[in-house]
Amino acid sequence: MTFVRPARRGVLAAATLTALLAAAACGGGGSSTPAASSAPAADLSKQGPTEYWAGKDTSGNLKNLIAEFNAQHPEGKITFHELPDNADLQRQQMIQNTQIKNPQMGVLSMDVVWTAEFAANQVVEAMPADQFPTEGFLPATVESGTYFNKLYGYPTSSDGGLLYYRKDLLDKAGLKPPTTWDEMKQACKTIQADSGNDKLECFAGQYQKYEGLTVNFAEAVDSAGGTIMGDDGKPAVNSPEAAKGLSFLVDSFKDGTIPKGAITWQEEQGRQAFQDGNLIFHRNWPYVYALASKTDGSSKIAGKFAVAPLPGLTGLGVSSLGGHNMAIAKNAENKGTAADFVKFMASEKVMKSNVIATSAAPTLTSLYSDADVTKKYPYMPILLKSIETAKPRPKAVKYGDVTLAIQDAAYGALQGQTAPDAALASLQTKLGTLTQ
Amino acid sequence: MATATAVGKSSTVAGDGHKHKKNALSDGQGRLAWMLLAPTLLVIIVVAGIPVLLSIRESFFQTNSGVDPNTGLVAGGESFVGLKNFTDIFAGANQVEGSYGTMDRFWNAFLNTTLFTVVCVLLETVLGVAMALIMSKAFKGRGVVRAGILVPWAIPTIVSALMWKLIFDEAGVMNRILHQQILWLADTGASFWAIVIADVWKTAPFIGLLTLAGLQTIPAECYEAAKVDGATAWQQFTRITLPMVRPTLVVAVLFRTLDTLRMFDLPYGMIGPGKYRVETLSIFAYQEATQNRYGPAAAYAIILFIYVLLVAFVFVKVLGADVIGDSAPPKKKKKKGAGDDDAKTSAVPSLEMMGGAH
Repeated sequence: MTFVRPARRGVLAAATLTALLAAAACGGGGSSTPAASSAPAADLSKQGPTEYWAGKDTSGNLKNLIAEFNAQHPEGKITFHELPDNADLQRQQMIQNTQIKNPQMGVLSMDVVWTAEFAANQVVEAMPADQFPTEGFLPATVESGTYFNKLYGYPTSSDGGLLYYRKDLLDKAGLKPPTTWDEMKQACKTIQADSGNDKLECFAGQYQKYEGLTVNFAEAVDSAGGTIMGDDGKPAVNSPEAAKGLSFLVDSFKDGTIPKGAITWQEEQGRQAFQDGNLIFHRNWPYVYALASKTDGSSKIAGKFAVAPLPGLTGLGVSSLGGHNMAIAKNAENKGTAADFVKFMASEKVMKSNVIATSAAPTLTSLYSDADVTKKYPYMPILLKSIETAKPRPKAVKYGDVTLAIQDAAYGALQGQTAPDAALASLQTKLGTLTQ
Repeated sequence: MATATAVGKSSTVAGDGHKHKKNALSDGQGRLAWMLLAPTLLVIIVVAGIPVLLSIRESFFQTNSGVDPNTGLVAGGESFVGLKNFTDIFAGANQVEGSYGTMDRFWNAFLNTTLFTVVCVLLETVLGVAMALIMSKAFKGRGVVRAGILVPWAIPTIVSALMWKLIFDEAGVMNRILHQQILWLADTGASFWAIVIADVWKTAPFIGLLTLAGLQTIPAECYEAAKVDGATAWQQFTRITLPMVRPTLVVAVLFRTLDTLRMFDLPYGMIGPGKYRVETLSIFAYQEATQNRYGPAAAYAIILFIYVLLVAFVFVKVLGADVIGDSAPPKKKKKKGAGDDDAKTSAVPSLEMMGGAH
C-alpha cells in the first residue's frame, strides 16, 4: 500500500500544476543582454530575406505592396509575418522574439505608444537621419517615432480623433459645430429640448477602462491646456489645467451630458449609439466615417452627419495621436532589406495606395490635399487639422504601467469614487515613481 | 480506476487472512511498467516539470529596468534578488482601490480569488446537486433535460465570457429584464456578481454530472426500505442520498475549488484587465508577466500554486476527499466483510468508506 500515497500526491500535484504554467511559459527570459550604452551606428547594408511583422492585413492591399517590393528588390525579399489583431499580443510577440534574438524579425509595425519602450529596451534600431529624412512628414508623427532625439520609427500611418456631429440637427437649430465644451453643452440643450426624443444623448467618447480611456483623458487634459508629462519626461499632471480637463469629463457624467452607460463604452459601442441616432456629438477615429455613411440600413444617420475638430475648454481641443510607425528590429539579420522596405512603405506612391485601400491616415502632408484621397475621404482636411495639433500620449519606457496608472486615476474619478483633484495628485505621485 | 479496484480487493483479501506474498505489480513486471509509463512521464517532465522548476528559479530574479539618463536605454538582463519578489508583497508599494478598500494589488487579487471560490463553489454545489437530482429522475424528456443542463459545460469559457459580456452590456438583455441600468461591465460590486453568475451557470453542470454518477450507484433498495419505514422525502434526501453521494460530491467540489482558485478567462474576457474588483491572482500574475516583470509574476504564480496545494491538502485530510478511490481509512476496512465487495462498489470504489456508517 505504500505506493498509494505518492500516487495520490502526484494526482494532486498534476491538478494544481497548471496554475504555474501561464507564468512558466513566459519565464524564458533568463538570458541576460549585456548593456550597450554606447551603441555604434547600425550597419544597414546587409541584404537578404527578412520578415515584416504586423497585425492582420484586413484590406488585402499589403500582399500587393509586398509583391511589388519583391519584384523590384531581388537581392532581399520580404515575407509577411502576420500577428494577432490585438495590440497587446502584437507587442508581446515582438518583445519575446527580441529576447530570443529572432534574426528573421526584420521590420516591425510599431504602435506610436511603444516607441519609448522598444527604443529603450533595444527592440528596434535607431534610424540614421541621412537615410531617413523627415521632411514632408507631419511633425507630430515624426515626434511620435522619436526617443531621446533619435528616430526609431519611420511614420507610415497616423490617426487623430474627430468630433462627429449630427449636421441635420445642428442645421435645424441654426448652430455651427462647437469649438468649446460649453458651446457643445449649450447646443445639446437647445437640440434636446426641441427634439422630443428622450433617448437622444449629448456626447460620448471612449470611457471603458482600457487604452481608449487614456486617449480620452489625455485629450481632455491637453484640451484644457494641461499636460500629463512635460517635455522633460517628468509628470506634470497635478495642475489646475489638468483638473479642469478631468472635471469636464466628471461633470459631464454627473449632469448627463455623457450618458451613464458610456463608462463601459469602447469605440464600437459609441459608434453604434451614434449610428442609431442616439448621440448628437461623438468623439471617435476616422474609421467611423465610412461605416456611418453606409446606406444599407445599418446606419440611421447616413448623410446626416459631418465631422469637426475636437472642442476644448476655451477654444479648439487637442487630439491624442494614434497610428503606427515602421521600425527596423535590432536583432534582424538583413537590416539592409529591412531599411529598404521601410523606405518603400513610406514613399508617397505606396502610402497613397495604402490610404485609399485602408483609410489609415497618411503621415505625408501632401497626401491630405491629394485629389484622389480627398475624393474618397472628404474628412481629410479636418483630420489634417486634428493631427497637426495632436499630442502623443506620454512617452514612457514603462508605458504599460503608465497607461494603467492613468486609467486607474481617470476611471476612479469618472465613477465618482475619487475627487478629480485627489485622483490627479495620486496619479502625479505614481507617475513619478514609474518614470524615475 | 482499475488499479484502485485491484488494490481494494487485495487488501480485503489480506484482511481475511489469505496471505498473498505475490503482488501483481511487483512481480518482475516493474521494468515493463516503467517502459509503459516512460512516454507519459517524459511528456509531464518536459511540459510541466521543467517549466515549474524554471518558474521557481525565475521567482528569485528581477529584470533590470533602470533607464540610463543620457541615452535613455535600459541596461537589460536580470539580477538575483533572493526573496525580494515575495517580500515585496508586504511592502505595499502597489496600492489599488478595490472592493475591500485600498490595499496592495496582490492582496486585493488574493481576496478576490478566495471570495470568488467560496461564493461560486457554494452556489455551484447547491445548484449542481439539484440538477443531479432532476437528471436522475425518470421522466419524459429526461434526455433533453440532461443534454440541456450539460450545454453550458460544453461551451469554452472564453466564449461564454464574451456571450455574458453581451448579456451584461449596459444596453444588454440583463438590464432590459431588470428594467435598470446596472453597470456590470464597469468596475463595480455588480461586476463581481456578474462573474459569479456566469461562473455558476457554466460550472454547476460539472458538479451535477459528477453527482449524478454518484446518485446512480445508490441501490434502489435503500429507498424502498426507507419508504417502508415511512421516511419522508426530505429524510430520504438527508439520511440516504446525501451521505451516500458525499464521497463523489467532495471530489467534485475539490476539483471545482482548485479550478476556481485559478480563475482567469471569465473576469479577463468579460470585465477586462485592470479591473480591481474582479482581478484574480492568475490575472495579476499574467499582467505582471506582460509588463516583462517575469520575476514577480513567477513569485505570484508560485504563491497561488502553494495556496491551491494547501486547499487540496485540507480537502483530502479534513473532508476525506478520495481522489483516487483507494484511501478508505483502514479502521473501516477491517469491519467490512468480504461480501460487501461486490460489483456495485467497484463502480465508485470510494463508497466503501460509507459501508459501516449506517
